[in-house]
Amino acid sequence: MHMLKIDNLHARVEGKEILKGLSLEVKPGEVHAIMGPNGAGKSTLGNVLAGREGYEVTDGTVNFDGRDLLALEPEERAAVGIFLAFQYPVEIPGVNNTYFLRAALNAQRKFRGEEELDSMRFLKLVREKLKVMQISDELLHRAVNEGFSGGEKKRNEIFQMAVLEPKLAILDETDSGLDIDALKQVAEGVNALRSPDRSFVIVTHYQRLLDYIEPDFVHVLAGGRIVESGDKNLALKLEEQGYAWLAEKHPELRKADLAGAPA
Amino acid sequence: MSNAPSPFVRAALDAAATLPDTGIAWLDAARRENLQAFADGGLPEGRNEAWKYTPLRALSQRGFVLADRAVATAATIDPALYALPGVDGGRVVFVDGVFRADLSSLDADGVELAPLSKALAANAEPLRFALANRYRHGAADAFAHLNAALAADGLVLRIPDGAALEKPLHIVHVSSGTQGDTAWHVRLLIETGKDASADVVEHFVSAGDAAQLGTVVSDVVAREGSRLGLVVLQDASTATTLVRRSHVRLDARAEVTLHALELGGALVRHEVNADIVGDGARFDSRGVFALSGRQHGDTQLEIRHNARDTSSDALWRGIADGRSRGVFRGAIVVAEGADGTDASLSNKNLLLSGQAEIDTKPELEIYADEVKAAHGATIGQLDERSLFYLRSRGIPLAQARSLLTLAFCRAALESLPNEALREHLGELLVAHLPTGPSAE
Repeated sequence: MHMLKIDNLHARVEGKEILKGLSLEVKPGEVHAIMGPNGAGKSTLGNVLAGREGYEVTDGTVNFDGRDLLALEPEERAAVGIFLAFQYPVEIPGVNNTYFLRAALNAQRKFRGEEELDSMRFLKLVREKLKVMQISDELLHRAVNEGFSGGEKKRNEIFQMAVLEPKLAILDETDSGLDIDALKQVAEGVNALRSPDRSFVIVTHYQRLLDYIEPDFVHVLAGGRIVESGDKNLALKLEEQGYAWLAEKHPELRKADLAGAPA
Repeated sequence: MSNAPSPFVRAALDAAATLPDTGIAWLDAARRENLQAFADGGLPEGRNEAWKYTPLRALSQRGFVLADRAVATAATIDPALYALPGVDGGRVVFVDGVFRADLSSLDADGVELAPLSKALAANAEPLRFALANRYRHGAADAFAHLNAALAADGLVLRIPDGAALEKPLHIVHVSSGTQGDTAWHVRLLIETGKDASADVVEHFVSAGDAAQLGTVVSDVVAREGSRLGLVVLQDASTATTLVRRSHVRLDARAEVTLHALELGGALVRHEVNADIVGDGARFDSRGVFALSGRQHGDTQLEIRHNARDTSSDALWRGIADGRSRGVFRGAIVVAEGADGTDASLSNKNLLLSGQAEIDTKPELEIYADEVKAAHGATIGQLDERSLFYLRSRGIPLAQARSLLTLAFCRAALESLPNEALREHLGELLVAHLPTGPSAE
């Protein structure tokens, strides 16, 4: 039984069609990596799934756990188990990190008809997760992402994921801008959260992250569609050869669709 | 005057005729002079620069009789209406402008605290300096004239040299909510003596929705080396018209801090004039106004540096939702010779709806040479990226909006030292913020 089923998804941003018939199925516990050249629609996919305004779905369906995901508000998607780790987590001065996270968790619990956590129980939970994520609790007392380094922001995303315990986590180029130590820490955090009923969609431009988070499937997103799927060896091939070889297999792809080769 | 007086002016003149003389010759003369000045000038009109963004045409067509003393005295008021965490010292309660001894507690050790009527009866002369004051700006001073002519009561608070008021004094203005189309006027005189210290919380609440006009004129004098913390919580009903003027004088090394939270009212204006006349004095002000519906809120801040090595820091935030309109004027004037002045003013505003409007006008006039001065004003909207970030974590839109709005205001409230009161003000602000998507 699939957890996420995307069928023939078309989406526009600012009037421009970015996703052009994307289909993808994710079963519980699976880790899917989505790679692709710049401008292929990788970030658009994450934003469409999370429900960001300005991303207009023009065709296709997204089913999540038996629900029509596209009919839900962003906060409802979070409550049913979708988590987007942002490529550029936003700084929110004046909103305390701990307060924010507790408000988020309790809003989700309330939506699901679960009991809200008081501050004692919440802090206990947070301390457990901090240990796993190797995050200093000093970060908790600061405003959301304010003054965080690039690595701290990404780790904070994974930490939020650990507290919110989503069913499906979408990592949008979480590896971008990270040095190797920060990358390892993020990967360890993700691996600690892997479980038979939690799935991951890891959007990345580089194969490097997949050395540390081993995917079950690797897909190539180009020209707004998944054009190639395989196992982790596909990522290695892309790393070595770039995307140009896909043009022979997929003559419908324009040269521009395959232009952004991995560095 | 060429034109016939407006219903507003006519009603005020009629009201004055019903007031008995005080029996104090100079005071009765001052009242008559102020009434005459009010009659001559009328209400300020659109071309009056100081009132440009706060049109009074609708108000000028309304007449207010004086609130009935007997009704105000007999009104049953639940003290829970004005209970404030962190504010449990002396309390002075006015209902529709009438001092209510039964609701007040004036026992504050070692300080002078009395209703104005009583202080005048005991010894009027020391109050002459403030109460015989003439306002000279014609129609721009209309409400000050009106207050001077019609205020029947008020408060005198004096902290003797070197003394400290242990707990904050709570001054409460209650609208009984039962006297529609009535007016009340209150005069406050506050003085902190040399090296004295005090905290005062001025609080506006309504027990009902009757449309009332209230005016408050405050004269505050902070003597050499004294410290005064002022908090204003304005939570009047949205049927209230409230016009206040606070004049604050700071002598050498005096420190005065004002925190203001303006939530209620239909038409509200607060003029804060800080006159820094002593070397080394400091005036800090922080404030938030949060408007919705058809509220109109106007804050006029004018800080005059007239002495050396003085400083002022003003940090104000405005929020306007619905079809409300906010006005902020922040002026810093550094007089010739006021060298060493360090002044800064920041006013940031948030429009939560496409039909709300905020006009902000920072002004800087500098006539001294060695001065550090900075000021800035912005008007913006909630950041869409931040909103989405919060929602993507499960926080519903309305809660996300109020979280971000509160965060926007935090800088203005966080410096209030009274923690219990600070938290309460934050909660009141949250409760006041729009919870649903704004009408566009």
